[in-house]
Amino acid sequence: MEDPSMNPTTHLSAVELEAFGAELDDLLRRTKEDLGERDLRYIRRVVRVQRAFEVAGRALLFAGFLPPAWVLGTASLAIAKIIENMEVGHNILHGQYDFTNDPALSSSTYEWDIVCPASQWRHSHNFLHHTFTNVRGVDHDLGYRLLRIDDDQPWRKATLLQPLYAVALALFFQWGVAAHDVDMRHYLLRPRERSVEDRAKVRELWRKAWRQTLKDYVLFPLLAGPFALWALLGALVANSVRNVWAFSVIFCGHFPEGAATFEPDTLEGETRGAFYLRQIRGSANFEGPRLLHFMSGHLSHQIEHHMFPDVPAHRYPEMGHEVRQICARYGVPYNTGTLRAQLWSVAKKICRLALPPRREPHRAARASGAAERGARAVV
Amino acid sequence: MNALGSRLLAALAYPRAVDDFVELALPLHSTREVRARVVSVRRETHDVATLRLQPNASWRGHRAGQHVALTVELRGVRRTRCFSIASADSESTIAITVKARPEGAVTPWLVSGVLEGAIVTLSQATGDFVLPDVLPERLLFVSGGSGITPVMAMLRSLVLRGHRGKIAFLHYAHSKDDVIFAAELDALARRASPNLMIQVCTGRFTAPALLALLPDFERWDTWACAPEPFLDALTGAFAARGAEDRVRVERFSLAPTDPSLGSGEVTFVRSRRRADGHGPLLGIAEKAGLAPASGCRRGICRTCTRKKISGVTRDLRTGQLSTDADVDIQLCVSAPVGPVAIDL
Repeated sequence: MEDPSMNPTTHLSAVELEAFGAELDDLLRRTKEDLGERDLRYIRRVVRVQRAFEVAGRALLFAGFLPPAWVLGTASLAIAKIIENMEVGHNILHGQYDFTNDPALSSSTYEWDIVCPASQWRHSHNFLHHTFTNVRGVDHDLGYRLLRIDDDQPWRKATLLQPLYAVALALFFQWGVAAHDVDMRHYLLRPRERSVEDRAKVRELWRKAWRQTLKDYVLFPLLAGPFALWALLGALVANSVRNVWAFSVIFCGHFPEGAATFEPDTLEGETRGAFYLRQIRGSANFEGPRLLHFMSGHLSHQIEHHMFPDVPAHRYPEMGHEVRQICARYGVPYNTGTLRAQLWSVAKKICRLALPPRREPHRAARASGAAERGARAVV
Repeated sequence: MNALGSRLLAALAYPRAVDDFVELALPLHSTREVRARVVSVRRETHDVATLRLQPNASWRGHRAGQHVALTVELRGVRRTRCFSIASADSESTIAITVKARPEGAVTPWLVSGVLEGAIVTLSQATGDFVLPDVLPERLLFVSGGSGITPVMAMLRSLVLRGHRGKIAFLHYAHSKDDVIFAAELDALARRASPNLMIQVCTGRFTAPALLALLPDFERWDTWACAPEPFLDALTGAFAARGAEDRVRVERFSLAPTDPSLGSGEVTFVRSRRRADGHGPLLGIAEKAGLAPASGCRRGICRTCTRKKISGVTRDLRTGQLSTDADVDIQLCVSAPVGPVAIDL
């Protein structure tokens, strides 16, 4: 079902689109000029808090045989991993703090506390996903090669089980992310077709996976001596909590109903205005208290993040006010809702798309003529 | 056991380093870089101050005459500038004497004294403008303006170690009020040691003035640090007597850049190529036959991030200028503004 009101690109002329882009570019310029002490102080404070949770979590888990210590230790470690991955690691790797010239905050050298090596993340996420956001066939984040998340993606019999895949992906999300840059299914099933580059990447991946596993599941438990099992369980639960949380935040970023997907030809000669428009139309925010924004690494502002990926994320709430005003003036929809509503929307979509399509989607899209200028509402 | 212990700690801290945790409690601690506490900032003249630094255990010491790259945080941004060390090589703290450049982004702020108590980052000392292990019979130090610092380090080191050979120290300043270390030089001059001659002049250096002070100057092994024209006049005077080998010079100069420039000569240092060009550095590099790693080509993915060694670039998205040396820039959205050197 195509809803013309969901496709405002049709009423933005080339001139309007350029003005739209210029206003957003101006917001970017003003924000960048204002970057400085405040941002550095902010991220350093976050890093201090994160390390405090990490040390506290590990220490408490050494006494994990006491139920309160185990619960608090596991929670601390989960919080530490969430903050490190989302507000610190993900954002540093986007170059948000490169302006500080601090090597500890440098996108080219930072390594984060998750299985996926930072270098591969920079390729699959920073380059492919952020450049080709929601472009079918190019942005592999569109369903992670595992889920059918868009009407135009092909349906297979196995797709019927995709609600189960989604739950499994949530529980083991860090491994899903790790197996993402190199297409692991292809790599494992077709050993003869492995490229030299992929082999090197997989070696690097194993090395990192081994070091993460060694730390979380061997060394810390061994140090806990007779309470090794509690330490191991604590780390396992903490990693899983982080996995489910990261999965939820990220799935709310591009998959709720209303987030558009695009044809590859959208990218040809795309202007700044059209780029912003695609990012806004392909992303979705969620709302909530400040702590929720913080724990999501400010990916609750997925729209702002996709427009300005290298601006420190804690600036997104204040930029978001202006983005919303600009969008309202140009009649561009701004997809937001509560976390619960967005999650529910994603869950429904995963279940709905598990079923075979009732009609041929490509033909339907062309017939409705809504594919104009590449943006197409998926309703 | 110790090595095993540190390997275990490293494995536990991974992917952070052990230092990342230690420095939360001990901010001066680092095994990876030299950090120093700014113990004091003392005014020397109206626009010059001396920063006294207490380095951590990573500091390997310096030889008088060497310089150091000082990294400070200014409005949330790390900025690095090179300074000669002014203190003697035997002291446990190091002194850096800085002149505030009126247009400078960093030096006025260093001189203002706000850094007192702060932690800064240093490189190890480098430079071959140093005294030899076996000292020559006669030592002449010549300096102009803030060029006094490396030769002052030499003089201080020699005095501290009780050197008894002949030393002549010739310094030029704009005016009497501009003489850095005036009181200390005065005190040394009043010691009336027959082998130590200290002369502070104002105005321009001229060869006849040198001749009047030291008629046999070509027989003195000379260390000089001053602005370019000064050094040219000095080396010219030595060359006229066929004694240019006697002079070792330390140059300090800052090439001014016109921010309206839209192009520049780009040096790709690693691949030893040069290219003239305008627009994104990525395109300039590719036209020059290089193939740096790149991705989105529009400033999103940071695949093409490289170190700018020197020069000024403009961010094509925001128009912001990057003037610092040794900072990461994105080749795809940075254009040269005048000559630029890239670590590529």
